[in-house]
Amino acid sequence: MAGLGKIARRGFLVGAATVAGGFAIGIYSLRQPYVSPLADDLPPGMAALTPHVLIDRGGITLITPRADMGQGATSIQAALIAEELDVALDAVRTDPGPPAPAYYNARIVAEGLPFAATDEGWMAEAAREAGGWASKLMALQITGGSSTVPDAYDRLRHAGAAARAILVTAAARRLGVAEDTLTTGDGAVIAPDGTRLSYVELAPAAGRLLEPREVRLKDPAEWRLLGRPMRRIDIVAKSTGLQRYGIDQALPGMLFAAVRTNPRRGGGVVAMDASAAEAMKGVVRVVPLPGGAGVLADSTWRAFEAVRAIRFDWGPAPYPATTGALFESIAAALDEDARDSRLKDEGDIEAALADGADVEADYRVPFLAHAPLEPMTALAWFRNGQLEVRAGTQIPGFAAKTARRLSGLSRDGVLLRALPMGGSFGRRLEDDFIDQAVRLAWAAEGRPVKLTWSREEDMTHDFPRPAAIARGRGRVAEGRVAALDLSIAAPSVSESQMGRLGFNALGADTAIVAGAWDQPFAIPAYRVTGYRAAETVPVSSWRSVGASANGFFHESLLDELIHEAGADPLAERLRLCSHAPSARVLEAVGEMSGWGGALGPGRGRGLAFTLSFGVPCAEVVEVTATDRGIRIDRVFVAAEVGRVLDPVNFENQVQGGVVWGLSHAIWSELTYADGRPEQENFDTYPAMRLPACPEIVVRGLETTDTIRGIGEPPVPPAAPALANAIFAATGQRVRELPLAKSVRFA
Amino acid sequence: MKLTVNGTEHDLDVDPEMPLLWVLRDILGLTGTKYGCGIGQCGACTVHLGGRAVQSCQVAAGDVDAPVTTIEGLGTPAAPHPVQAAWIETQVAQCGYCQSGQIMAAAALLAEVPAPSQNQIDDALAGNLCRCGTYPRIRAAVRLAADKLREG
Ligand code: FES
Ligand code: FES
Repeated sequence: MAGLGKIARRGFLVGAATVAGGFAIGIYSLRQPYVSPLADDLPPGMAALTPHVLIDRGGITLITPRADMGQGATSIQAALIAEELDVALDAVRTDPGPPAPAYYNARIVAEGLPFAATDEGWMAEAAREAGGWASKLMALQITGGSSTVPDAYDRLRHAGAAARAILVTAAARRLGVAEDTLTTGDGAVIAPDGTRLSYVELAPAAGRLLEPREVRLKDPAEWRLLGRPMRRIDIVAKSTGLQRYGIDQALPGMLFAAVRTNPRRGGGVVAMDASAAEAMKGVVRVVPLPGGAGVLADSTWRAFEAVRAIRFDWGPAPYPATTGALFESIAAALDEDARDSRLKDEGDIEAALADGADVEADYRVPFLAHAPLEPMTALAWFRNGQLEVRAGTQIPGFAAKTARRLSGLSRDGVLLRALPMGGSFGRRLEDDFIDQAVRLAWAAEGRPVKLTWSREEDMTHDFPRPAAIARGRGRVAEGRVAALDLSIAAPSVSESQMGRLGFNALGADTAIVAGAWDQPFAIPAYRVTGYRAAETVPVSSWRSVGASANGFFHESLLDELIHEAGADPLAERLRLCSHAPSARVLEAVGEMSGWGGALGPGRGRGLAFTLSFGVPCAEVVEVTATDRGIRIDRVFVAAEVGRVLDPVNFENQVQGGVVWGLSHAIWSELTYADGRPEQENFDTYPAMRLPACPEIVVRGLETTDTIRGIGEPPVPPAAPALANAIFAATGQRVRELPLAKSVRFA
Repeated sequence: MKLTVNGTEHDLDVDPEMPLLWVLRDILGLTGTKYGCGIGQCGACTVHLGGRAVQSCQVAAGDVDAPVTTIEGLGTPAAPHPVQAAWIETQVAQCGYCQSGQIMAAAALLAEVPAPSQNQIDDALAGNLCRCGTYPRIRAAVRLAADKLREG
């Protein structure tokens, strides 16, 4: 019935299973950084293979479990498989995968694990132990941290290659020829005489041949798909209005829901009067929810109108009520008692600064909302003792667990479909809206319920990027940077977010200093210290997480020191740089931008560099000080990612990351008054629009062996490169974001 | 009330106050038109009303006095409108959520100004937010669409 391929590198095993009319190839994952809270409720002996290739009578399905929030994850995952399987991308279906972990019933592990360990030398015994785990761990299915590509790169190609190998074996037996006389292409095995046996017709025989085997991956020189511009598989649907997101789900008899809860998260409800809402036409029911209420109605609009008509008496926020008080709480953490980490401590910084500092500066960045253009939505439906949930989520495994906890249903009773997302940027790493949808569906007694958050609900109930404060000091000597001491205080994203997911975040939170402590510069005295501010507003991961703030702190301070030393920002960074790939991106961006060339009056260039998520990324921003304010003319970006798998998507992601970084650096902040965010919609939370968007020139470097994702790394250098450019053009040094508080933009 | 959408006339019993956006999405099931803000700030809900680009969240159903075209009526995968074809060729979309609105705004612009300057393009699409930051590709796609339309 089942077999496993012989691959155990980098913490994964290829597995196979017979299905009706064919077979499935997938991956068991054995190594994950932490223990899953889901491990508790998987029955003993139950395990699931996460399939990536399914070939049966219905055709070829590539299963791409990493959710697509716009970063092209579905396409790139499919391409990794298709490359090795030798199928065209337009000849396959893609599917986000099993809606429940037990979908591909997996007595597979119980039946034995015919595998041989290779380069990591695992014992079969250990793997059998781990086998039960594997599926539980796969249920984590977290999409985030620019991890999709690095994580998938080996696994998915191996899955595709293993499927191809099995099909070749089946064809060789049928034709009575040696395997090495056969080739593959376009979904078929091709015999020396040109006979084509399609994968689908070979699938039933192949399904009886699942045995351990060696597979060979293609040399990148043999690639037909990867490394070239690909047409994203969702591009037609997304250009014709046919892509269906969570907000577009529709089922017969469906009710439309909206919610309103206390915008002081955790403040609760003291009293509520829903009589006006209940009396409104089209309203089916008002449902009390933790912290507020929801309305079930006959259209989203009526549900929006009705929740607005509920009168609430909210409780106070369980945290400081104003922006000022929140920043005071962060500033108070710049103290030895709150020291969280000191991961960089080179040379003798105390001695270097004993006679005072040449540069001393405080920086700060605000709370920020994710505000993906599709607000939070989820559909939930109880019927026949089962619960179906459909939602755009980066954490389907956790969301399913939430649904099980609320419904009391078993693993088999909950079906979760993860849908394409209209943006996320980290917001859908939370499942609060799914929790609400399940509660509303329970009250709907068998009718499906689609919950849509209004923009106002979305923006006032985000888990924002935390505000942060940094204190920088440094010395220069003989035209060089001699000492850099950076102290950063921020609330801990890990503590807040992991706590909600059921993890204990132990030890230091590197997110407080990520993008600052880990930079590849050899400064004679160099120290970065993280201070943990008290948890106040619940916070979470926001595109590029800690580096989104720390890139600004580090690169602003370094730039100030370089100017103080009278050095050139590019030359001095290159002189200090201790990491060859990072030096190469700095050189590349210098060359692309014509660094050093004259720009003319009122113009300036700023450079910033951040290594984050393993990717060195350097950006040069060119600005002009016009009489209407600062205009950004051009941005140059160089990043090292090992391999650019899809040049079009790469460029799009980098440009998007730069727009994201600049947009928030210039305009955005969430401020608090009376315990609640003051911004409710895009009129008060502005973002970059087409007229302000500069030309963005991108270059991907491929000089290292390690493949990396590019969703997040372009974000951190954007804000400091812009601030440094404004300094170059005007002499004004801005140390606080958003910049528009201090500088006028054209 | 009577409403003509994508060439089909509908006789609907809806609250005349209901914004056209929600009539399209929740009553007619035309979900290509998106909700992003509800206050005329994001452009995700852009449709054509008598050929003009309007934000459908800002038009009450009772005030609709001309035929409506949505992204579904502009073109299809088999027969895309030249603007959609340019969007596909340029691979503009990331999450794609804003793109119906962007395409509708661009199509209305090009119907009026066949060879727009960059400033005209920027102004015509300034009401359409893209949180994913696809702006460089949007500009390129509008220019490509203009070329396609001129070539006929
Ligand atoms: S939903 Fe209409 S402009 Fe945003
Ligand atoms: S493509 Fe995501 S909002 Fe524009």
